[in-house]
Amino acid sequence: MAFDYDKYLRPGKLPHIWCPGCGHGIVFKGLLRAIDACELEKNRTAIVSGIGCASRLPGYVDFNTLHTAHGRAAAFATGIKMAQPDMNVLVVGGDGDGVAIGGNHFIHACRRNIDMTYVILNNFIYGMTGGQFSPCTPTGDKASTTPYGNPDPTFDISKLAIGAGATFVARTTAYHATQIDKLIAEGIRHKGMAIIEVLDDCPTTYGRRNKFRSVVDMMKRFKELAVPVAKAATMSKEELEGKIVTGILHREERPEYCEQYAEVVKRAQNL
Amino acid sequence: MNTPRLEIIEQYCKGCSICVEFCPTNVLEMDGFLVKAIRPDACIGCMQCELRCPDFAIRVHKD
Repeated sequence: MAFDYDKYLRPGKLPHIWCPGCGHGIVFKGLLRAIDACELEKNRTAIVSGIGCASRLPGYVDFNTLHTAHGRAAAFATGIKMAQPDMNVLVVGGDGDGVAIGGNHFIHACRRNIDMTYVILNNFIYGMTGGQFSPCTPTGDKASTTPYGNPDPTFDISKLAIGAGATFVARTTAYHATQIDKLIAEGIRHKGMAIIEVLDDCPTTYGRRNKFRSVVDMMKRFKELAVPVAKAATMSKEELEGKIVTGILHREERPEYCEQYAEVVKRAQNL
Repeated sequence: MNTPRLEIIEQYCKGCSICVEFCPTNVLEMDGFLVKAIRPDACIGCMQCELRCPDFAIRVHKD
């Protein structure tokens, strides 16, 4: 039996707005399979997004959804979780939304270790607004605002999340379709801040400026560059140059923020 | 095992050709901007097309 995506979709919303070949659709399907695997109840699940191509995702799903201000998805999601700690909170967004405009919210949500799952779709570019370079655009690559090549060093979202204190960090790519739902499901089950970075293809504003002949070329490149985390542990730094390490990169147990806050409330009431 | 049945929802297909490229048995082919199952009997039900279709346009029914 084929997976029944329809039960999680709002009727009449498809086809979605993403361009032909955009990897967001692949990640979207992975997210729905993960939600199904975790048996999340629709009324007890909130999906929050900011602004951008990836942030259009909540508009298609039949859960509690919130489409918020640019970069502020993590802040709104924190509010939901604080008000209703038993709600399953998921955040989706792109690289520009998550770590550029919303960088501050992102790192502080990681630091607090609040129990939510943040799926960040890193397509290396600001797609919706016309292909401006983002902090994740690889150095030397072209964007509409860097026609002679991007001089900036690149953000490594997973390392940023680990450094900021997220307790579950995983990375995969749009090519690795079955790994997407496994990692998101692991993230949902994890108690604390889970970041799942999915490297994604944007054929329209990134691919065609950077000599990818088709979206299939972009997908094949992900396949070639991906190195599972166990294999990466046996490789030297030089061998890992330019590779994409995939899998669960970091997992630890640390007190969760809502529980800590509930303790503070208890202490205050006893006074 | 019966040959899996492919369902292509044409109004969702945007013609990116990801499914055509990743099908190991060349079941699918592009017909202009739409995908067509030209050799449905060769389908082995590996789900590569359905998993990587970004547009919910192709479904593999194995029952």
